[in-house]
Amino acid sequence: MAQQLLDRYIAGSSVIHALDARVKLVLTIALIVCASLLPVGAWLALTAFTALVWAAIIASGVGLPTILRRSLLALPFLLVVVTVIFSVPGRPIFRLPLGFVTLTATDAGLLRFITIVWKSWISMQAALLLTATTHFLDVLRALQALHMPKIIVALMSFMYRYLFILVEEAQRLLRARDCRSAALQGSGGGSLLWRAQVTGRLVGTLFLRSFERSERIYVAMLSRGYTGELRSLRAQTLDRRDLRVGLVVGAILLIITAQAFVG
Amino acid sequence: MAIHELELPKLHTTTPAITLNQLSFAYPDGRVALQNVSVTINSGEKVALVGPNGAGKSTLLLHLNGVLGALDGSVRIADVEVRRDTLRKVRALVGLVFQDPDDQLFSPTVFDDVAFGPLHMGLAEAEVRARVVWALEQVGMQGFEDRMPHHMSVGQRKRVAVATVLSMEPQVLALDEPSAGLDPRARRGLVDLLQSLSQTMLVSTHDMRLIAEVFPRTIILANGQVAHDAPTDEILSNRALLEEYGLEMP
Repeated sequence: MAQQLLDRYIAGSSVIHALDARVKLVLTIALIVCASLLPVGAWLALTAFTALVWAAIIASGVGLPTILRRSLLALPFLLVVVTVIFSVPGRPIFRLPLGFVTLTATDAGLLRFITIVWKSWISMQAALLLTATTHFLDVLRALQALHMPKIIVALMSFMYRYLFILVEEAQRLLRARDCRSAALQGSGGGSLLWRAQVTGRLVGTLFLRSFERSERIYVAMLSRGYTGELRSLRAQTLDRRDLRVGLVVGAILLIITAQAFVG
Repeated sequence: MAIHELELPKLHTTTPAITLNQLSFAYPDGRVALQNVSVTINSGEKVALVGPNGAGKSTLLLHLNGVLGALDGSVRIADVEVRRDTLRKVRALVGLVFQDPDDQLFSPTVFDDVAFGPLHMGLAEAEVRARVVWALEQVGMQGFEDRMPHHMSVGQRKRVAVATVLSMEPQVLALDEPSAGLDPRARRGLVDLLQSLSQTMLVSTHDMRLIAEVFPRTIILANGQVAHDAPTDEILSNRALLEEYGLEMP
């Protein structure tokens, strides 16, 4: 069950799945950087990026609706951006009276808002496509091959390995609590404070267990020759075809971005 | 000095594999875990370590590769004395397998885990890969290289846990409760595995049937001391002794 909750990977055998994880990772990051560099109102470039990402999503076979649904998760964070509608100077469009203060929306602000939301949304979809078509382990290996500091890659790999165990442990604790949370007919389930205390103790127990486990893992690492330096095998060489795909798509991204500044 | 430059000592049949001499240990909180433990185990011997929880079994195993340092007395593995400056050598000689395979298997894939030991011993890539294949074959888990531990059964995880130390080609295997939590079939597999391995073994367990099947010699540990050290047949046939230490007939 924890598996389905946490793993975003959707198995498949499309060209997007088969593309080398390093290429996918670099292209995703490139797209996010390019998108964020675009000036306000670069509608053509944004449309082109959207077309590119959607084409890739459709080619991957994971389903456009799936990615769009997942991308909705990020929308609440965009609420923060709503402020630019009112804070950027420009021609007023409408006023929002909020008692003691009146907010004035401007056309420039609105354009900037739409641009930012579109950029974030398309970046989000690109990242979601990456996680849906690339196994997390391959993303890790790609990060390592791209010289991400070893300690950070190691932390992410430990997180991935033990997240499932942690979730299962939490579920066991919750189940044990539920089994003993009987109520007499007609009586409530305890006060809010009491419930908060129970939850607090649960979290504390989980933390202590994780802490103890981390010590045992460290001992297991020491026992197998770990001395503070992490070693790993060399990455495989990059397939020529994958490299070419990466270069071509990368060039397209650059051209679209450059076009937005020229035009 | 890189570890691959270290000469691993050759085992002579006359040198005991494990020599514990008057070993004593107390935890930082003052709790005494081991008191004057002296044990000699010859090369190739398979020895069971029994005793109630808290008798010091795990603590003793942790001394074999220097994870815990003796407060008093000494530990020798083959002809290497366990000291701060010999730790890397000792850890290549002793394969320690922990009770919970989720502690032992900390890498995202089986391959990475079995390769961890050889990699950190400084072996070349081809050698590391060869050892992973060999070790997984030893425990009957070939073909599981790309699997993730949380997708495997407890029995499979235990086997891989043993492979993670076999790949270091240790001369001594120290296992903590290897049969705990296994269903009968997985347990049977483990018994066969332990019988097939030729390393010197010191195995802590509560599983008296496992002892009867695999280990010719048994050490009873009680309150941090060696209470009995005798051939397994002798211990298992002594009903009064078994009762005294809360052990069951197999």
